[in-house]
Parts: sequence; C-alpha cells; structure tokens
Amino acid sequence: MRLEPREHRPLTIVGGYPALAILFAAAFCAMLVAFSGASPFSVFALIAKGAAGSQFALLETLTRATPLIFTGLAAAVAFRAKLWNIGGEAQLYAGAVLTAVFGTGLLPLPAPLLIPILMIAAILGGAAMLSIPTFLKTRFGVDEVVTTLLLNFIALLFVSLLLEGPLKDPMGLGWPQSKKVIAEAALPKLIQGKRLHFGFIIAIAAAVVVWIIDRRSALGYEMRAVGDNPKAARFAGIPVNRVFIKTALLSGGLAGLAGFSEVAGLKGNLTLDLSPGFGYTGIVVAMLAMLHPIGVVAAAIFVAAVFVGADAMSRTAGVPSYIAQVMVAVSLLAMVTAVMFTRYRLRWR
Amino acid sequence: MEAFEILFTASIWAAAVRIASPLIFATLGELICERAGVLNLGIEGIMTVGAFTGWLTVYLGGDLWLGVFVAAMAGGMFGLLHAFLVVPLGLSQHVTGIGITLLAASLSYYVYRLVLPEVTSPPKIEPFQPLHIPGLSEIPVIGEALFRQTPLTYLAFLMVGVVAWVLYKMPIGLAIRTVGENPAAAEAQGINVIAVRMGAVMAGSALMGIGGSFLTLSAFNSFFFEMVNGRGWICIALVVFGSWRPGKALLGALLFGAFDAYQLRLQQLAGAFVPYQVFLMMPFVLSIIALIVMSRRAAYPRALMAPYRKGER
Repeated sequence: MRLEPREHRPLTIVGGYPALAILFAAAFCAMLVAFSGASPFSVFALIAKGAAGSQFALLETLTRATPLIFTGLAAAVAFRAKLWNIGGEAQLYAGAVLTAVFGTGLLPLPAPLLIPILMIAAILGGAAMLSIPTFLKTRFGVDEVVTTLLLNFIALLFVSLLLEGPLKDPMGLGWPQSKKVIAEAALPKLIQGKRLHFGFIIAIAAAVVVWIIDRRSALGYEMRAVGDNPKAARFAGIPVNRVFIKTALLSGGLAGLAGFSEVAGLKGNLTLDLSPGFGYTGIVVAMLAMLHPIGVVAAAIFVAAVFVGADAMSRTAGVPSYIAQVMVAVSLLAMVTAVMFTRYRLRWR
Repeated sequence: MEAFEILFTASIWAAAVRIASPLIFATLGELICERAGVLNLGIEGIMTVGAFTGWLTVYLGGDLWLGVFVAAMAGGMFGLLHAFLVVPLGLSQHVTGIGITLLAASLSYYVYRLVLPEVTSPPKIEPFQPLHIPGLSEIPVIGEALFRQTPLTYLAFLMVGVVAWVLYKMPIGLAIRTVGENPAAAEAQGINVIAVRMGAVMAGSALMGIGGSFLTLSAFNSFFFEMVNGRGWICIALVVFGSWRPGKALLGALLFGAFDAYQLRLQQLAGAFVPYQVFLMMPFVLSIIALIVMSRRAAYPRALMAPYRKGER
C-alpha cells in the first residue's frame, strides 16, 4: 500500500471527500447514540431542532459561534505558518482579563472611545501571551506546542488568582467573579432582548480582514512560504523568525478578541468558566475550514450548532451532551484524513 | 527554616515517588513514540482513557490487575488510531494528536455519563494497597519512600529498566531508534519502517494508558472529570528534559514529583501569605523552564515528526 500524489483533483473529490468526512462523523456518533438506547434519528432531529429549529435556537448558535470564529481564525493564521499555537485558551483569557481590568470602571470613557481601547488591550494581551512561546521558539528553539499547552494551565490559574484577589467582585457573594463591565464597555445586542451581540459582527469583520491579509498582503505570502518550507523561505530571503513573531501577534490578538467579545458582549464579567475550551475547539474549527478564513466562519457555526443542539437534545432525550465533543473530535480526524485523500491516492501494490 | 525541614521528612519523598509514578509510565510511553519518530500529542487523552477504563473495569467487578490490563489495551487502541493516521497516511502529527486527545477524553466522559447518568459524587473502588517489601521497607527514609509503595509504582520502576533494555540491547530497540533517526537507512537495512513505527506508538500508548490507570487505581479511588489535568503535557516536557533516555526521564519524573510534593507542603505552610494558585502554577512553570534549559542540548530524534513515504525525500 502506498500513497501517490494526484495529478488531477476533480471537483467531485475536492468537495465530496470532506462531505463524506462529516457524514462519517455523524454515522459514528449515531452508533454511539444507539448504545445509549435512544434512537439515533430522533436524537439527530432533536440536535437539529435545538441548533436551528427556532429563532431562539438559531441566535443561540450564532452567539456560541462568535468566540469560535475568533479562536478558529487564531488557529488558522498560526497553522498557515506552521506555528503550532495550541494556546488559544490562554490568549483568550489574557484578552478577557484586560477587558475586565479596563472595562469595569478604571477608564470612565464614552463607549465610542472605550470599546476600541478595550479591543486593542485584548488584542495586545492575547498577542503578548503568544509572543512568550514564540520568542522561546525563535530564540532558544523550544517547541511551541508544549509551551503553549502548559501556558493554558498557568493562565487559568492566574485568572483564578485574580478573581480571588484584585479583580474579585466585592458584591459577588464570594463567587470568584469580576465586577460587571460598565455600560459604556458593553457591546450592544444585535436584537433587543436577545443574547446575540455586536461581537458577532466584529468576528465576521475579523474573518474578512484575515482573508485579505492571507491572500493579498506580503505577510500572507510570507506566512505561506514559511509554513510550506521554512528552509526554502529562509533561502529566498524571508526573515523566518520575524514572520513567526508577526504571525504570533496576529494569532494571539485574534484569540484575545474572543475573550473581549465574551466579556463585553455576552457574560458581562470575567469568570473561571468563561471558556469551555473555545481555544481547543478553535483548532478543530480551523482544520474543518481547511485554514480558509471565510471557511472558519462556516465551520464555527457548524461546530457551535453541534454543541448548542446537543445541549438541547441532552435536556430532553437524556443522551449525554458529551456526544457533541465526540462528534467534533471525529469530524476533525475524518476531515484531515479526507483532505489528505484529495491530494493523494491510495495504490495497492 | 520550617520550609527547609520538610525536605528531611520521609513522607515527602514517599509522596514524590507516588506523584512521579504515573508520569514515569506516560513519559516512557511518549519516549518510545518519539524515539520511533512520532510525536504523540494524544497522550493527555490516552491517559484519560486509561484512567477511565481501568476504573470502569474494577467498578464493574474486575480485578485491579485486569483494570491495568484493560487500560493498557484501551491506550494501545488509541495509539493504533494515531499511528494509522500519522504513519502510513502521513497526516500532521500535531493536529492528529490534538484530535486523538479530544476524541479519547470526550469518549471517556460520554461513556462515563452513559454508565452513571445521575451521580454527583463519583463512585469509589478499592484501589491498590501499599505493598511493604520485607526488610527493605525498614530502612529509614529510603524504605518509606521507595519500598512501601503500591505494586503499580514498582511496575513503573521495572518498566524503566525494561524500556532501556529493549531500546539499547535488543534488535527491535535498534530498529525503533533507527526509524526515528534515519528511516531511509532503516528501510535499506530491510526494516519495515511503517510497521516498527506503528508498533512503537501502540506500545508507548499502552504505557500511557497504564499511567492514566495509576490515577484511578492507585493514587485516587474514583474517576473525575479533567483528572489528568495537564499531566500528559508535562510528560512531553519530561521527555525533552530526559534527552529521550529512559534513565534520565526517570530522574526527571522523580525530580518533578519531589518538587510537586514539596510545593503541596509549602502550600500548607505559606498558604496564608502566598495565594495557593502560585503553588499550583509551579509544576507548569517548572516544565517550561526545564524545556528552555534543555533546549540548547536537545538532541531530537532526527526524523521526529517527519512522515516517511517510501521513495520520497
């Protein structure tokens, strides 16, 4: 058995294999659901209904997709340059912390001034968080996978420290949570009385900006070159380490915005459960989108729909909602396999 | 002064060895994978699967050793999946590993909730009891630290020797090291690179599974969510720290265990002045520092993370 590069890549294969991957993930989960004794068809119907069956469900899905677009873009940008940023979680919290620090009354500014300042602070926070492992990579050759992973734990403990110390809300009845952001720092809701907020629009705008950087700028070109072959890129005169650092600032900044958007748009304050693994899920989103920035939006909505739908299904059908995480993980593995097979074919001999 | 005296109590060294035990298994497992040229980021999830399946086996009435065996098999199965995706198919080892971790952990939690839909406090099992080695356990300090541990800890130390012996003294060990350094040369020697790499990843993942099972069958007596809590990632740092050598990896795990045991006691002592989170951060900070210190001398297996396709350069 061996793999052979495809000379022709017909559209049926390029589009069909990824679709097959999602189908495979669904079939695998249907099997797991069957083990629980529930009927897979009714469970999937409940997931679809819970994700998109009503205005409430649909808005909830888009709300959940918002942080995933940011973390998905963060992973897509970094992975393009083969900078293995697995620390989206830490960068998200860095952005969230700075939003809570400056947005809870420290800067009494009108909203048109305060919100951009908070966004910049969150971007800088996330960027700084990722620049540590990137500096260690470019300066000392320390593998960034492990350092970004370890920083996730350090960051979460640091947030816990802040929430029981300087950032603790004195009116929080002892709960580890920060004060609410002031009205000027809160992102407006898109529809009066609903949870979907302006962060979603910022996320879409971020995707467009990243798409332009990716396709139309020198940095985008350099990131691809470094990602495809760092040695060749260096030989061609591209400052590889500088490209890594620029990529890190962009990627970390995007993940930091996820923290900003969750605090200023949705939750209103900083808590320890602000992110149920959005940083890690962003990696799945980026891979499902094949690292395409606009695709990230679609993939984030798909993944959010699975999570929101499974939560709703779990309440009524009693199948554990962890099925959503299984579905997402299998989708990831099936998708990377499918994408590989759009480039290579299997030869038996 | 008091903080210094802690170091001379036997209990801290016993705790250090206990904390190091799961790390020894999992670090050896990752070491085998990486020596064969495959980074296995599935380690965190595979340890979760080991912890879960080991506990489930005993909870359902199985023997403790059967639990360890099942944990090893479950770990090996996820290792096989990882190996299949990254060795013959040549997928990105980073992305696949993260995917394996997500899949293994979420499957464990899903099945846990299926088996026990409505429990708030996780059910307990009867874990391994300490086994006093006659005579040796009477030696002051060393006896309590090393010879009054549970059988799984003795197995961990035994595995260090076994892995070192296999890697350096047996033909299969030479094959594993060669496919990790220079797969083309291995192929020229008639070694089946694909088969050796897949076997190494499976064996390594089985060890990770046992490492996970130590948590539920020896260290604690039930299964919690998020119970592996970054230990897998720390093991990846320990492999680098140990320069991909079993003996040094053991040393690293023990140092780490000692440090962790020390910070736990320091936490009780200085908890009033220093927030407890600072102590909990220490193991992760220490791992990063160890990586920085060792990175200058790091002799990565040459072909680590490079997929091998016959005839491709």
